Amino acid sequence: MSDNDDNKEALLAQADGVVKTVRFVFLVILLFPVVFYFSLKIDFEKDKITDFVEQPLVENGIDPESGLIIDEHYELVNGTCSACHSINLVTQNSATREGWKELIVWMQKTQKLWDLGENEILILDYLEKNYAPKEQGRRAPLKDIDWYEL
Amino acid sequence: MDRKKFISSSIVVSAAAFLSSKFSFAEVLNEPENLVKSTQEKTVIPGKHQGLTILNPKPWNAETPPHLLDDDITPADKLFVRNNGLIPEEIDIDNWTLTIEGESADSKKTYTLAELKTRFKQYTYQLTLECGGNGRKEFSPPAKGNQWDLGAVGCPEWTGVRLKDVLADVGVKPDAVYIGYYGKDVHLTGDLEKVVISRGVPIKKAIQAESLIAWSINGEDLPVMNGYPLRLIFGGWPGSTSGKWLSKIVVRNKVHDGPKMGGKSYRVPKYPVAPGIKVPEEDMKIIEEMPVKSLITHPKTGAMVKGEKDFEVRGHAWAGDLSINAVHVSLDYGATWKLCQLSKALNKNAWQHFSIKLSLPQKGYYEVWARATDSNRVMQPMVIPNWNPKGYLNNACHRIAVKRV
Repeated sequence: MSDNDDNKEALLAQADGVVKTVRFVFLVILLFPVVFYFSLKIDFEKDKITDFVEQPLVENGIDPESGLIIDEHYELVNGTCSACHSINLVTQNSATREGWKELIVWMQKTQKLWDLGENEILILDYLEKNYAPKEQGRRAPLKDIDWYEL
Repeated sequence: MDRKKFISSSIVVSAAAFLSSKFSFAEVLNEPENLVKSTQEKTVIPGKHQGLTILNPKPWNAETPPHLLDDDITPADKLFVRNNGLIPEEIDIDNWTLTIEGESADSKKTYTLAELKTRFKQYTYQLTLECGGNGRKEFSPPAKGNQWDLGAVGCPEWTGVRLKDVLADVGVKPDAVYIGYYGKDVHLTGDLEKVVISRGVPIKKAIQAESLIAWSINGEDLPVMNGYPLRLIFGGWPGSTSGKWLSKIVVRNKVHDGPKMGGKSYRVPKYPVAPGIKVPEEDMKIIEEMPVKSLITHPKTGAMVKGEKDFEVRGHAWAGDLSINAVHVSLDYGATWKLCQLSKALNKNAWQHFSIKLSLPQKGYYEVWARATDSNRVMQPMVIPNWNPKGYLNNACHRIAVKRV
């Protein structure tokens, strides 16, 4: 009898342990989406704030997404050029209309760029106006110096 | 959750994913959107130092600001990244092979990574790697391409086998003049048949003792961005000769003619030209060794010094296949020069270190200019050297701004 009771008690204790474990796992599973939701929610709210802060940048004439100067046909330039490479390859460069045209021809010859059709003129208009070379002479002064105490 | 933390943790997750499965990190590395949440945030390339300046996330190109190159031996995470295409989709090191063939090879042989490591003697050299377009930013009229400033250079220790030992094992015909490489990187269009870049060096450079087929930087695996698991390394020559994700070497009986060997790529006019001039393709020649150059790695530009106390100026100097005879610095725009202390190179094609103590004579703005002289007594120019269509080989002396306050 007493052996049976012991067994029963042991079984009960075991069952209790299982229940506790299941309960804990259940709680974790339940909590996971809650935590996930809140982290996302906070993140979305931050996004809203960031969007608000980004507004003046757009007024500065730079598209915050691509970094391109906002002007007629910039979406076309963004869509066409970013098909293969990042837009940084456009924004860090400058050239004359002839220079940009040469680059388009080179990309068509070696990099599988398609025939741009009527868009080519629009793209060249945009690039010539917004990404023209600046004369910097044989050696430009040092600029953008971030001064600090040595 | 703080947005910055959210992004950095997503980068940590990406980095962890990258470490745990070496076979499928291309989706993380080739799609910058997976790393970049907004143009306002600082992007960090997995495996690379957060201070690197990213010029282009597709294809990945990033340079190291001079003050981060202060180490004598460049740490792997501070070595610049210069890619023409995308990281290989799959890197399976157990089945990675290197094939040697070509019209001037006696036979065609294929080696696994394990065979390369066990069949040939291993060597370690400190070798300077510099992008041919380092300094392009300063050319006027501007040259197209990534606008490298100063930091597309580094000098880590590379471990591998000598290319000449492997070539000897295959056998090279007497008519061989050039070797060319092929790698597993993927063309930007995603076309797996299209070769991204396939360049090389003349046989004479290929059989130099320090020319390696390397798998390691500073005792660790190559970073994925720098060619893991196998690459060539030719110290002192344009970085583009040192093929990454190496899978094939061809021994040629003529100058190698793979993509980016011709046209304006890695070539300069045969004769001096006026800035902006159109140069016919047949008047261009392939760049071989890089010119004499130096970099001030301490202090970082913008240092304000109190009173006339001494401060140390230090950095590195290198010169293609030559060595450095002297480094001088000037505080007066080249009117007078002071001779620096100079270390010996660890081996051929390793950079040398210079240092000097300076003090500023009175309050005001100064620039420290560094000018190296190579073993042929050729010096760095103080203004931008001869213009060329693609803006290569700018070795004008490095300038930093300092102030006495």
